[in-house]
Amino acid sequence: MTTDQMAQLSNYLTGSAFAVLWIAFFCHVAEWISARREAPVAVAAGQGPVVTADHDADDRPETPDRLVGIAVSLTVLGTLLLIGGSVTRGLATQRAPYGNMYEFGVTGTAIALTVYLFMVWRSRIQWMGGVVLAVCLGILTMSVSSYTPAGPLVPALNTFWKYIHVTSIMVAAAMFMVGAAASVLYLVKQRAEDRGAVGPVLARFPAAARIDQVAFRVNAIGFPMWTFGALISGPIWAHLAWGRYWGWDPKEVWALITWIVYAGYLHARVTAGWKGRRAAYLALVGFATFIVSYYIVNLFISGQHSYA
Amino acid sequence: MSPRNRRDQPASELRPLEFGRWAWRQLTSMRTALLLLLLLAVAAVPGSFIPQRGVDARAVQAYYLDHPKLAPILEDLGAFSVFSSVWFSAIYLLLMISLVGCILPRTKVYAQALRARPPKAPRNFGRLPASDRFETDASVAEVLAAGRRVLGRARVDVVEDADGGELRAEKGYLREFGNLVFHICIVVALVGVALGALLGYRGNVIVVEGDGFSNTLSQYDEFSAGAMFDPETDLEPWSLDLGDVLTRFYVEGTNRGAPKLFRATGGYTEGGRDRGDFSIEVNHPLSVGSEDVFLVGQGYAPVLRVTDSAGDVVFDGAVPFLPTDSTYTSTGVVQVPDSDGTQLGFQGFFLPTAYSPDPSKPSVSVFPGALNPRIGMNLWTGDLGLDEGISKSVYSLDTTKMTQVKDGDGNFRIDIGPGESQALPGGGKIEFVELKQFARFQIGHTPVPWVPLSGVGLGILGLTLSLLVRPRRTWIRARRDGSRTVVEVAALDRVPRDDLPADIDDLLSRLRADLGDAPEKELS
Ligand code: HEM
Repeated sequence: MTTDQMAQLSNYLTGSAFAVLWIAFFCHVAEWISARREAPVAVAAGQGPVVTADHDADDRPETPDRLVGIAVSLTVLGTLLLIGGSVTRGLATQRAPYGNMYEFGVTGTAIALTVYLFMVWRSRIQWMGGVVLAVCLGILTMSVSSYTPAGPLVPALNTFWKYIHVTSIMVAAAMFMVGAAASVLYLVKQRAEDRGAVGPVLARFPAAARIDQVAFRVNAIGFPMWTFGALISGPIWAHLAWGRYWGWDPKEVWALITWIVYAGYLHARVTAGWKGRRAAYLALVGFATFIVSYYIVNLFISGQHSYA
Repeated sequence: MSPRNRRDQPASELRPLEFGRWAWRQLTSMRTALLLLLLLAVAAVPGSFIPQRGVDARAVQAYYLDHPKLAPILEDLGAFSVFSSVWFSAIYLLLMISLVGCILPRTKVYAQALRARPPKAPRNFGRLPASDRFETDASVAEVLAAGRRVLGRARVDVVEDADGGELRAEKGYLREFGNLVFHICIVVALVGVALGALLGYRGNVIVVEGDGFSNTLSQYDEFSAGAMFDPETDLEPWSLDLGDVLTRFYVEGTNRGAPKLFRATGGYTEGGRDRGDFSIEVNHPLSVGSEDVFLVGQGYAPVLRVTDSAGDVVFDGAVPFLPTDSTYTSTGVVQVPDSDGTQLGFQGFFLPTAYSPDPSKPSVSVFPGALNPRIGMNLWTGDLGLDEGISKSVYSLDTTKMTQVKDGDGNFRIDIGPGESQALPGGGKIEFVELKQFARFQIGHTPVPWVPLSGVGLGILGLTLSLLVRPRRTWIRARRDGSRTVVEVAALDRVPRDDLPADIDDLLSRLRADLGDAPEKELS
C-alpha cells in the first residue's frame, strides 16, 4: 500500500469513527429521554416509587440500560476505528501521529476514549458516557476543522524528546478531559441533590460524592503526567530544538497556567470552603486553560509552537 | 495603676509580635497558598497575548507602531516583560515564602508523627465512617494476633487488659513524606531556575556563508545575560567559520515546500586552537566549552554591489533577507551612507522561487528553495538617520526623512536576478552578484539545568507517592462475652475514600479466615 492510499484509509477510518461516536452519543441521549419517559408512567400507575432518590438496581427501567449497553459497544467500535485512523496516519506519514493539531486531536481523543473505556471496565463508569462523548466529539470537530493533509514534519519537531513530551501531554490531557466530564456531572448532580430534586435522568447517575471521587482520581493521575510533559520533557525538547529550556512562548505560558490551576484544584480539595463545588469549578477552569493552549494559542497567537 | 491596666500593658507590648504571628499564619495558610497560585495563573495570562520583549523584541516594536497611545501605558505596567515585572515577581516571591513557611512546620510535625504510636481507639465505633462486628470462638489474644498478621505492613500496637484488648494500626506515612518531598522539590526547582537565569546568557547572531563569528559581545545581534554574568570575562574564547548552509525541502506530494533538512557546516576553534569541522542541525547543537550553539533559523543573503555614477563601488556585501513566511518571501534593506554625495536606502523583497501568473501583478514566491531567485526593491534618498547615535536596525529602513525615488509616473522599482544589474535613475547601478545563504545561531549557556529538571523529576515521584498512598487508621477491639469473643473493627481514612466499606468487609473476611472462622458460622 502506498503512503497516499494509507493516508486515504486513515481518513476513512477517522471519518467512520466520527460517525459511530455520534451514534453512540445519541444512544446516551436516548437513554436519558427514555429514562424520563418511563419514570412518570411507573409513578402514574402507582407501582413504582416516586422518583426523587436514586433507584435501586432492580426497579431501574430496562430500556435505558439496554441503550447504555448499545452506547458502550458503539463507543468501543468507534474507539477502535479511531485508533485505526491514528495508526494508519502514523504509517502514512512515517512518524508518530501527532505532528499537527488535527493529528493531536484524533490521537488524543482516541487515548481519552481508551482511558474512559478502561474505567468503564474497572469502575463501571458508563454513566459518564454521554458527557465524555460530548467532549470528545467537540474536540474531534475542532481537530477535523483544522484538517491537514498527511505529510512529514519540519525538522524542529522531529526528535525522541518530542514524542515523549507530546505523548505525556496527550495522556494527561485525556485524563483531564475525563475529569472535566465528571466534574460537570458532579456539579449538576450536586445541585439537584441540594434541592432535593433528583429527576429520573439524574437518578441514573451515582451520588454526587462518588462522581467527585472519580473526577479527583483521574485529575490526580493526570497532574503528574502533565508535570512531566510540560515541565520536564517539554523544556528538554525546547533546549534541543531552540537552544533554551524555557522561553515564555505563549504555548509554554499556557502549559504553565494549566499546571498552576490544577495544582490549585488539588489544594482546593483540602481547603475548607473550597472543597466540593468550588474545587470542581477549578478543575473545569483547568481544562478550559488546556483548550486555550491547544486550540486558541495554536490558531491565533504566533509563537514557536504554532505548527504550519 | 489598676490591676486591669497592668494586665493590659504586656498585651499591648506584644501586639506587633502577635500581629506578625497572625500575618505569618495567614501567609502560610492553605487558603493563601491557593489564592496565590490562582493569582499567579491570572498574572501569567497577559504575557501570552501581549508581545514580550524577551521573546520577540521586534513584535514589541511593531506593537508600538500599531498602538502608539496604548503601548507606553502598557510599558509602565510592565506588560511587555510580564515575567520579570514587579507584580509578577511579588506574587512569585510571596508564594515562595508561603511555601517555605509551609514546609518547615510540616516537616517538624511529620518528624514527630514518625515517632508517634497509633492513637487509641475511639469509644464508639458506630460514629466512624466504616465499622463492623462479629463473634468468634477464638480467644481475645488469638483475635489480636490474627489482626496483626492481617494488617501486614501497618504500624501496630496491641493493648490488652482484663476483659479484652484492642489493636491500633496506622499506615500510609509515605503520603506526607511524598507531599513534603514534592513541595521541597518545587523550591529546589525554582532556586535552580533563578540560578540559571542569574548565571547564564543567551545570544543570537546571523552569519553568512563564508563569514566567521568569534564569541565576543560586539559580534552578537541580540544578547541578554543574567545579573551575575559578565560578558567581558565570562564568554568562552571560541570562533567559527561558516562554510556551507545546506537546506533541503520536499519537492513533491502534499508536503511540497516543507523543510526536510537544515544543516550548517564549517570549522571552529577553541581557545585559539583548531578544533576541526562542525556540523550543526536542528536538534543537534554544537557544544563548545560550557556553551551550546544551536541552529535556529536560516535564509538567503544575496551579495549586492552598488556603484555610483563615477563607477566607484559604494556598497558591496551580502545582505541577509529575513524570511517572513514558509515560502521564504524575505524582506531586506541596503543602506548606502554615501553615493554621489547623498544617502541611499533600498528596501524590498527577496523571492527564492519567483513566479507571476499574471505579468501585470507582482511576483510571489511559490517554493522555499532557490529555483528562480529574484529581488524586488524600491529606492529612497535623503537622511538614513545613521548619525543620530541611536543604533538602527539593519533590517528596516527609517524613511521618515527620505523621499522615494520616482521613475516616470510610478515608483522606481528594481527587479534583478543573480548576475543581473540595473541602472539607477540618478546614475550608477545595483548588481546582484551571487546568492549566499545565512544561518541564524542561538548561542547560550544555561548553568545547572539539571537542578530544576531533576527537582521537578524527583517532585513527580514524591507527588505520585502522596497521591497513591492512602493513610488509614484501623482499630480492632475484642471483648470476651461469655464463651464467645465479640470483635469490633473500624477504620478511618485521612483522605476520605469511597471504597472504605468494601475494605472493611475484606479485612473482616481475611481476619475470620485467619481465625479459621467460616463466615456462615456468623450468628447473633
Ligand atoms: C508553587 C506552589 C505549590 C504547588 C505547585 C503545590 C502543589 C501541590 C499539589 C499538586 C498538591 C497535591 C498533592 C498531594 O496531595 O500531596 C499539594 C498538596 C498540599 N500543599 Fe501544595 N503546592 C504549592 C504550594 C503550597 C504552599 C505554599 C502550601 C502551604 C500552605 C502548600 C500546602 C500543601 C498541603 C498542606 C498539601 C497537602 C494537602 C493534603 O493533605 O492532601 N502548598 N500541593
